[in-house]
Amino acid sequence: MPASIQHRRSVNHTLRIVCPNGHLGFAPIKTGSFRIGCQSEPDLICADSGSCDVGPVPLGSDTSSSPRQWQVDDLETMLLASRRLGVPMIVGSAGDTGSNSRVDLFVGIIRELAKKHGLARFRIGYFYSEVSKDALRRSIPGGDTIAGLDGRPPLDLATLDATERVVAMAGIHPYIKLLDAGADVIIGGRSSDCAIFAAPAIRRGFPEGLAYFYGKVLECASFCAEPYGGKESVLGEITMDDVKITALLPEQRCTIASVAGHAMYERANPFFEHFLGGHIDMSRCHYEQYDERTVRVTGPKYVPAAELRVKLEGAGKIGERYVGIVGVRDPYTIAHINLVTAWARQQAAERFGDSGYELHFTIYGRNAILGDREPLKATPAHELGIVVQGVAPTKAMAEEVCMIATRQMFYARLPQVKGTAGGVAFLLDEVMPASPAYRWTLNHTMRLDDPLELFPTFITEAGI
Amino acid sequence: MTASRKLSEIAKTIRSKNAGVDKITFDIIFPDRATYDLVRDSGVLSRASVCWIFGIDTAQITDHVEFDPALAIKFTIYRRMPSGSPGDADIFGSQQYGPLLDLEVLGD
Repeated sequence: MPASIQHRRSVNHTLRIVCPNGHLGFAPIKTGSFRIGCQSEPDLICADSGSCDVGPVPLGSDTSSSPRQWQVDDLETMLLASRRLGVPMIVGSAGDTGSNSRVDLFVGIIRELAKKHGLARFRIGYFYSEVSKDALRRSIPGGDTIAGLDGRPPLDLATLDATERVVAMAGIHPYIKLLDAGADVIIGGRSSDCAIFAAPAIRRGFPEGLAYFYGKVLECASFCAEPYGGKESVLGEITMDDVKITALLPEQRCTIASVAGHAMYERANPFFEHFLGGHIDMSRCHYEQYDERTVRVTGPKYVPAAELRVKLEGAGKIGERYVGIVGVRDPYTIAHINLVTAWARQQAAERFGDSGYELHFTIYGRNAILGDREPLKATPAHELGIVVQGVAPTKAMAEEVCMIATRQMFYARLPQVKGTAGGVAFLLDEVMPASPAYRWTLNHTMRLDDPLELFPTFITEAGI
Repeated sequence: MTASRKLSEIAKTIRSKNAGVDKITFDIIFPDRATYDLVRDSGVLSRASVCWIFGIDTAQITDHVEFDPALAIKFTIYRRMPSGSPGDADIFGSQQYGPLLDLEVLGD
């Protein structure tokens, strides 16, 4: 078998990237394998920091789901290595959502870190991805359809009005522009995960099909290795003919099964990966075990799009939210739990009417997680935990809606119940404020003339 | 005689995860070609079976593929509501695979 790519660069024209984290800030980088990666001659250090998996609240409320200190720690780990090795560092979809405020947050953290460590002067490149609602509003009557994805109808004005914030998914283009401008550190707004890694590779002349695949396989770091263990670094190498990926934690390996298994991770279909400008067809990918811990892949095909369409993500606020928690142990009550929740709903309706607020009962022990799709919903457990969510325009009303529903479950009137001193058990005799409720209002695409038109780029400096 | 085993005993990985905000995708990955072929041919993970297991209509399945390089059967379904909407109790879609674990697969 050939020597591991970890210790020896392929003789051909190559570009080597270490990826230390699949969602920077969400859980901390494991630094042991990252240190090994830094000793493996990387040409860049790249990580994605965003995900729509965190739900619509962070985008809607313009916050991060990751704690600031974890974001600082991960950025510090990457920045110090990048400056010491003299290789660029790229972070995409800053701060979970890639909104403008999250890009500014990360740029600010990089500046603070440069100051803290007295780093020599370097260039920060960054770009924004937010799309103004006014721009979208203008394009709808203009006849440019903002098409729905995944079965959604085209965007209408009512849905747009209900939307708080929209980000567009950048491709490789702003990253290439910033690398051309000499950026040492790039903080990206919302972008396709694979573009963060594909951009430097395409800029250096590697074939698009391989370059996008390179990004696809690297973006979740050690999720493409086995045994399972997140937040460990992996090393990728692209040549004109292939992509190789190797695990850096000594206990992990990349295998054909782990890399191919990852190619289909969190995608509806394992054969296609879409991004601004086209997609890759992975149906003819060939996977081979290159060395004990490295997999070599050939055959991904780049298919340019006939029309440039950018993906849009948008979140809109539904209302303020309070949460209550109760338990049920009486088998009779469990068997009639729908009457209990109906009673609670009715009490809320008597106070506030039938609309203008939302009540949700999530019934753990019966079908909380799958809802109607739960095959065992007719045979609930011996005790239930019920989470009540009250959502309303104001905090005061949300609190009262939630309190009525939670407390009235205690007073539910079931005809044959033996226990007459309280129908449910309280964990807390209170309801708790939660994040406001949001929903994904946009999962759409929009036509662009220029792949850079929504993504303004900027260059600034940090260090001394 | 034909013994039956649970899917959880013969699959290497059984998982579910969001595929965007409106879909959940399921990956069932097998340790070897023989097991992969066995389950594939058994039909326990066919489109019709998936509909029956989750009580959904076939139009709710957006993708259903056999992915040879990973020895995997993969299918994707629409979510009941977009991820993280109030009332959604699985924001990442990561616990939807539960009903698959106990599926019985007839052995050779």
